[in-house]
Amino acid sequence: MKTIRLLMGCAAALFALTCAAAETPVSGGLLKFAVGAEPPNYDCHAQSSFAFIHPVRPHYSTLLKFDTVQYPKIVGDVAESWTVAKDGLTYTFKLKKGVKFHDDSILSSEDIKATYDRIRKPPKGVLSLREEGYSDITTIDTPDPLTVVFRLKKPNASMLSNFASPWDCIYSAAKLKIDPNWPARNIMGTGPFTFVEHVAGSHWSGRRFDGYFEKGKPYLNGFLALFIAGAPMVNALSAGEIMAEFRGHSPADRDRIVKTLGDKAVVQESPWVCSLVVTFNTRKKPFDDQRVRKALSLGIDRWGGAQALQKIALVRHVGGLLRPGYDLATPEAELLKLPGFAKDINASRAEAKKLLADAGQSNLTFTLTNRNVAMPYTPVGVFLIDQWRQLGVNVKHEQLETKLYLAAQQKDNATFDAALDFNCDYMDEPNLQLQKFLSHDKSAINYAGQTDRVLDDLYDKQSGELDKKKRIALLREFEKRALEQSYTIPTIWWHRIIVLNQKLKGWHITPSHYVGQDLADVWLQ
Amino acid sequence: MSAVTAVLTYKLPARRHPVVQFILHQPLGAAGLVSIVIMALAAIFAPWVTPHDPLAVDYESMLAAPSWQHWMGTDSFGRDVMTRVIYGARTALAVGFLASFVGSTAGAVIGVVSAYFGGKIDMIIQGAMDILLSFPIIVLALTVVAMLGQNLVFGVDVNLIIAISIPMVPRVGRVVRASALAIRELPYIDAARAAGFTNTRIIFRHMVPNVVAPYLIMLTAYVAQAILSEASLSFLGLGVTEPTASWGLMLSGAAADFYQQAPWMIIFPGLAISLAVFAFNLFGDSLRDWLDPKIKI
Amino acid sequence: MLRYLINRALLMIPTLLGVAILVFFMLRLMPGDPVQMMMDGANVSKQVIEEERARLGLDQPIYIQFVKWLGSALTGDFGYSIWTGKPVLHEIAIRLELSLEVAILATILAVALALPLGTLSAVFKDTWIDHTIRVFSIAGLAVPSFWLGMIIILGLLTMFSWIPPLTFTPFMQDPKANLLQLIWPALAVGYRYSAVSTRMMRSSILEVLQEDYIRTARAKGVYERLVISRHALRNALLPVITVIGLEFAFLIGGLVVTEQVFNLNGIGKLFVQAISRGDYTLLQALVLLVSVVFVLVNFIIDMLYAVFDPRIRYR
Repeated sequence: MKTIRLLMGCAAALFALTCAAAETPVSGGLLKFAVGAEPPNYDCHAQSSFAFIHPVRPHYSTLLKFDTVQYPKIVGDVAESWTVAKDGLTYTFKLKKGVKFHDDSILSSEDIKATYDRIRKPPKGVLSLREEGYSDITTIDTPDPLTVVFRLKKPNASMLSNFASPWDCIYSAAKLKIDPNWPARNIMGTGPFTFVEHVAGSHWSGRRFDGYFEKGKPYLNGFLALFIAGAPMVNALSAGEIMAEFRGHSPADRDRIVKTLGDKAVVQESPWVCSLVVTFNTRKKPFDDQRVRKALSLGIDRWGGAQALQKIALVRHVGGLLRPGYDLATPEAELLKLPGFAKDINASRAEAKKLLADAGQSNLTFTLTNRNVAMPYTPVGVFLIDQWRQLGVNVKHEQLETKLYLAAQQKDNATFDAALDFNCDYMDEPNLQLQKFLSHDKSAINYAGQTDRVLDDLYDKQSGELDKKKRIALLREFEKRALEQSYTIPTIWWHRIIVLNQKLKGWHITPSHYVGQDLADVWLQ
Repeated sequence: MSAVTAVLTYKLPARRHPVVQFILHQPLGAAGLVSIVIMALAAIFAPWVTPHDPLAVDYESMLAAPSWQHWMGTDSFGRDVMTRVIYGARTALAVGFLASFVGSTAGAVIGVVSAYFGGKIDMIIQGAMDILLSFPIIVLALTVVAMLGQNLVFGVDVNLIIAISIPMVPRVGRVVRASALAIRELPYIDAARAAGFTNTRIIFRHMVPNVVAPYLIMLTAYVAQAILSEASLSFLGLGVTEPTASWGLMLSGAAADFYQQAPWMIIFPGLAISLAVFAFNLFGDSLRDWLDPKIKI
Repeated sequence: MLRYLINRALLMIPTLLGVAILVFFMLRLMPGDPVQMMMDGANVSKQVIEEERARLGLDQPIYIQFVKWLGSALTGDFGYSIWTGKPVLHEIAIRLELSLEVAILATILAVALALPLGTLSAVFKDTWIDHTIRVFSIAGLAVPSFWLGMIIILGLLTMFSWIPPLTFTPFMQDPKANLLQLIWPALAVGYRYSAVSTRMMRSSILEVLQEDYIRTARAKGVYERLVISRHALRNALLPVITVIGLEFAFLIGGLVVTEQVFNLNGIGKLFVQAISRGDYTLLQALVLLVSVVFVLVNFIIDMLYAVFDPRIRYR
């Protein structure tokens, strides 16, 4: 008996050893992966797309970051430790010693202060998309080179996770002083990889930074991001030319790749904090009329569409302003009562036609401005146009390249009619997801251009509300009004499927394709 | 013995209709012509010939393989491929004929004028043509498209037709000019001028009939080229746009994303382009052999 | 001979100038405000836009802009790409090698196929050899090169689970990887090229075979093979060279679409990218370069013609 137990013990130990050996990171290698679109410019604070995060993020660090294995646990990136005061009004961070920028200058609290001042109070000519989220910060103090203190004017439920935002790249204060817009065309951070080159239309490459503050990391010698999408990307994965595509695949693509790669493919799936929304330009007739907007929202068969589209696209779940499945989101029973979410599509369509007739827009014609990234913009765009066609509305489909698409919506006197925008974030957090629905003067990512103080007030109230039940009640009210007014309407939420080549180790899926992309922890077998 | 004079009876060959003669002498060309006619008929009577609506999006059966319901399968939006191929013939033939007609006619007129007037006018026109000839066909077409954008008139993109026809003008002009030059040297032109006939009359009554043969040959050849140009431009996203059915468009976009799992999406439109161009080339070749085998195009 | 050369060379200059003028003015007529597009149209004041416009020299009268552009173009400075912000010449230079290599491979393929196939087709006229080759070449004229490219990739993937490498390795560095990537687009583009050349070769040889000197050689009792190789081929080559030269420029058209299919980062793809982004500085340079190459190739062909056919020189 004892011998058997001893043998089993040895076997177990041996097994554990071999497992550990298989899981020991190996240094070296060049990671090749695909990115479906190109970054419009190099400034983190002004970006919102994966086209930016995937190639550029490895060059930068943030104060905190998410642990991708135990998501949404937050760990320190350049921050060694941190404390939050009991009243929730003071956040103190202690920085790691000896963190270097790629030009060998040492990181100090001045850089953190400069970065966050730029985010929350962007100087003239600088675009900071997340300004609103940091409006509660009153001052940032730097008592010594390794300590930063943030003081808030009121408690904010999401402030700690704000500091883990992958968009808050830390810039060098010295460079920002010379030119606040320096990061838009130059890359210099504290991240694991230095910038090598960007050949437009082709690829982006980075090399290991030997002075990275985490000793032994990054494991890779460098990375090469190829700007390919669609069939070439699937072909490349199937043939083992590239190791991954970090955004997400459709179920059809996944099946295709798995069929070809067999056991060399590793599939990871997860819900996704990402959805497409239709933004109506309320500054333009007839989208200033609430009846027209609501009618167009009612005319979309979200349930039927999700069923059909999930076969070929990355969309899957029907939900409102928050991700279905998130504990603060509206459960299905209540969702069915909201405009645009009823299962009886014929009744909704009849109501929509009546609203359009009332508004005198029965023969409405407009252009839907869309992005030229095929997945899932094209199928969803075609789906929406077909739905609206059944209301008698004639819609022209215009697909623009990422840079032009964003510019069309972001510019001061936008002239688009309706746009198919994306609302994605790095975590489930109403303070993030709802920013798109706030008034134009309060949120840099609102493209509908409306001014609705009721929604703004509800947002402010819920942002500091630490009692979950009260917060849910406020969120329901917000959602009800937002869907009634239909300035920006949700369509279908996405489902994340990632197929990796089994040679790529150390990468773990999270519900956000913005998280975990600094590539410091991945290695090639 | 009386001398019997052999009487040679000479039978005149039967007078057959030129078209019938053409079919007998040039069977390949006739086959091409028949294919063209079938395509044209299918395109004109498309709504009656096709089982589905080319724009009907059907989310239930996306990327479906060929079946009895959908002979050529469906694309990524559930639209019937065969229907879109037949409607695509409309786009191809309409753009093809119009572009070729506009380009060839303009080229022919310029060629004749240039040949007739000669001298300085000829030099200037030839210089301009040389400049246009310096651009490869598709580069010129693309640049014009980039310049002009899209302009729909009665559902037809006029700017696309202009873009495709412009490269044809100097090429047709060159060939027609060569033919017209051959006549200009003949004495009866001088005689006509001496007799006081107007330039227009001389051009139309004497030169034009002589250039009809090369003109028709170029016209046919360039319909094929125009169909290819339209397909290429639409493939690049710079020609016809969604949701119009066009063979080139059917090969781009969603097709480029899905063609490994749904190869029928690209096989049939590509075959359609090839067969159409093939038919026009066959017909054009035979036309040339029939009308003027010596012509060097 | 020399006088003829110089004459022809001088004739090129007005053509090239005309090309430059046409290219410049055509692209200035493009819709959209390039400065607006460069600035992303977001959050920049009117003043900054005006400053940028002045910096780029876009506020001056158009003919002055043309002269300036032509002047710097002659020194190789084509300005900066509106889309990438990097020098235009740099963007073109890094992509040129790939496109050139595909073009050369396609030419080699075309010539390697056209010469033997065209000759065989002519010599065995109206037999099954002739018919097969003729179908092959007529099909080559009809099949769009980008569709052929897609079919090739589909075939490779289905039959061998393999696709050509995605990243470009220069020939000098690793010939095997380089050829493995580029032979397929060369095939797709070169098929049409070889078809045209085969047809030309065939008709050229057929014409030559009617000539008196062939009859004489045959009457003399020369072996048929020698008749063909020593007399017919040499004389038939001339029109074929013309066609090969002319069609080389057509390759560029083929490249534009085929590079999209094979995802090659070459001149063709750059051209399409420049158009879809309204990058007129890049387009100007590209179209000018392509046309200049075209004119030069024509010139070289004319020269070769004159070298081979003495009758031309004395016209």
